[in-house]
Amino acid sequence: MTGPSEAAVRTAGLEKTYPPSGPRPAVPAVRGIDLDGPRGEFFGLLGPNGAGKSTTIGMLTTLVVPTGGSARVCGLDVVRDAVEIKRRIGVVSQSNTLDSDLTVAENLEFRGRYFGLTAREARARAAELLELFGLTEQRGGNPFEISGGQAKRVMICRALMHGPEVLFLDEPTAGLDPQTRTNLWEVLRGLQAAGQTIVLTTHYMEEAEALCDRVAVVDHGEILASGTVDELKSGAGADTVITVSYDAPVPDTIKALADREGVGKVEINDGQVRVFAAEPEGLLGELVSIGADAGIGVTDASQLRPSLETVFLTLTGRDYRE
Amino acid sequence: MTATAGGRTAPAALAPPAPARATLPRTFAAMMAREARVMRKNFVSTFVRVLVQPVMFVFVFAYVLPKLGGGAMAVPGGPTFSTILLPGLVGSSIIMQAMMAVIFPLMMELNWQKSITDRALAPVPIPLLAVQKIIAAAVQGLIGGLLVFPAVLFIHAEGEAPSVHVADWPVLILVMVAGSLMSAAGGLLLGTLLNPQKVQVLFGMVLLPMTMLGCVYYPWSALDGIRWLQVASLFNPLVYVSEGLRSALTPDVPHMPAWAFLLAIVGGTVLLTWAATRTFTKRVLT
Repeated sequence: MTGPSEAAVRTAGLEKTYPPSGPRPAVPAVRGIDLDGPRGEFFGLLGPNGAGKSTTIGMLTTLVVPTGGSARVCGLDVVRDAVEIKRRIGVVSQSNTLDSDLTVAENLEFRGRYFGLTAREARARAAELLELFGLTEQRGGNPFEISGGQAKRVMICRALMHGPEVLFLDEPTAGLDPQTRTNLWEVLRGLQAAGQTIVLTTHYMEEAEALCDRVAVVDHGEILASGTVDELKSGAGADTVITVSYDAPVPDTIKALADREGVGKVEINDGQVRVFAAEPEGLLGELVSIGADAGIGVTDASQLRPSLETVFLTLTGRDYRE
Repeated sequence: MTATAGGRTAPAALAPPAPARATLPRTFAAMMAREARVMRKNFVSTFVRVLVQPVMFVFVFAYVLPKLGGGAMAVPGGPTFSTILLPGLVGSSIIMQAMMAVIFPLMMELNWQKSITDRALAPVPIPLLAVQKIIAAAVQGLIGGLLVFPAVLFIHAEGEAPSVHVADWPVLILVMVAGSLMSAAGGLLLGTLLNPQKVQVLFGMVLLPMTMLGCVYYPWSALDGIRWLQVASLFNPLVYVSEGLRSALTPDVPHMPAWAFLLAIVGGTVLLTWAATRTFTKRVLT
């Protein structure tokens, strides 16, 4: 058995390379990541599509076999102790993996029975969860004839049937409309308030900011930064980002801004200038007037306050591709 | 949308349920209970599909044609055609039903939404999940085979009744059970190796010839005159099931020796289960 001090999720140098298949070369999806998700916390893996998040979740939930490094969930090894890990986790996958041969309620009932509940216990718990998640009306329906948001909530109910120690959610709100997404956030906050340890992947910055205690930013199979949301924002060079686009190449005088106090760096890419600054006051106006002095016009300007998006920009120098 | 779990206080349903007793046998039993539930829901549509082909076949060959004065199917003085058909049609139903029962759901589960994760996340090792699928499909194959019995026993013209008596219960049971398991394991192997497009081809180009040439409509020994076909038939698993059933049910019709069909069926079951378990695990665990 494991003590409560044991991390919910811990990986060291975790790797997954998919072998070559036909003309496709080997794909290194995850290249050596270290994660540490304490119990009781809401832990987020944030990164663009194709960053390796789902592969990582796959390894933590025992369905993807790592090709290097190690991963432990509830103190158990994902390869050696896969069955015991499955007893302790609940998983909500990205696509609708509900059992289409069963009704919504039967999906929950049998999930409970797979995990050792008697038929009677499983039916009672399914009814409670459906009630709690506002799904009682859908209980007799086919899980593929309900809305996407409802299906997602059914999948969360299913994952909660056996009271998992850790709940994994892979892109829970991808493809849902904004209203449904906000509703689902409320559901997840409620779970967290009830003490549920949650690990979530998302490619939505605002989702990670809204929900997570702790975030690891992932791209190209590697962790770029991790910590609490506040730590990330105030950490290494996570500044306000000012982006100005001009209709002609910009004068060199703009580079001089980098020497100013409170300015981290200045990136110039043809007509686009990006300034990372801890003290952004007045910079935007100055960038516009430098252009005016040089006789070139501004076509677009934006100022992003420190957020996970600016963290990503600062770390990669690239726009976040959702 | 109604109230959700967004409240500040933790609702009772969010507390973990009574400590789960998810032992392997319990989980296995729950998965079989799921199959039983699904089978009960789809019973009529599933088994009507299995029955149509053999029923039409005995209707035409044991009823319509003899009525028309045909009857040329059987040798005068020899067994009636329905006597020859009974073991063959039971055998082909077992094989078809067991294979379809595993392949059709598998195509959905592996390729569409990857819904196999529903059961892959249940607390059992993945190879045990493969074995569970084989057993569940074998049960369906067995039911399909049993349902064909009355159809062939009762549909025939006067004087065309099959002459059937169980000569050897243990062999009958072994052939039916192991034959179902072998077919289900073969289905799982093919289902994990082939993509959905190729499964269409499998049914048209493999299963149909296999049924036609599976010693369903004639005993294997009758092929003496077509030696090459007799030898080629030995690669068809259905031949052993048909011949095994012939030995147990219609011993007066010439049939293969017991050691031959038992070796093929039991050996085939072991081999195919081993192979299918491996390919299935590879498909589920990436």
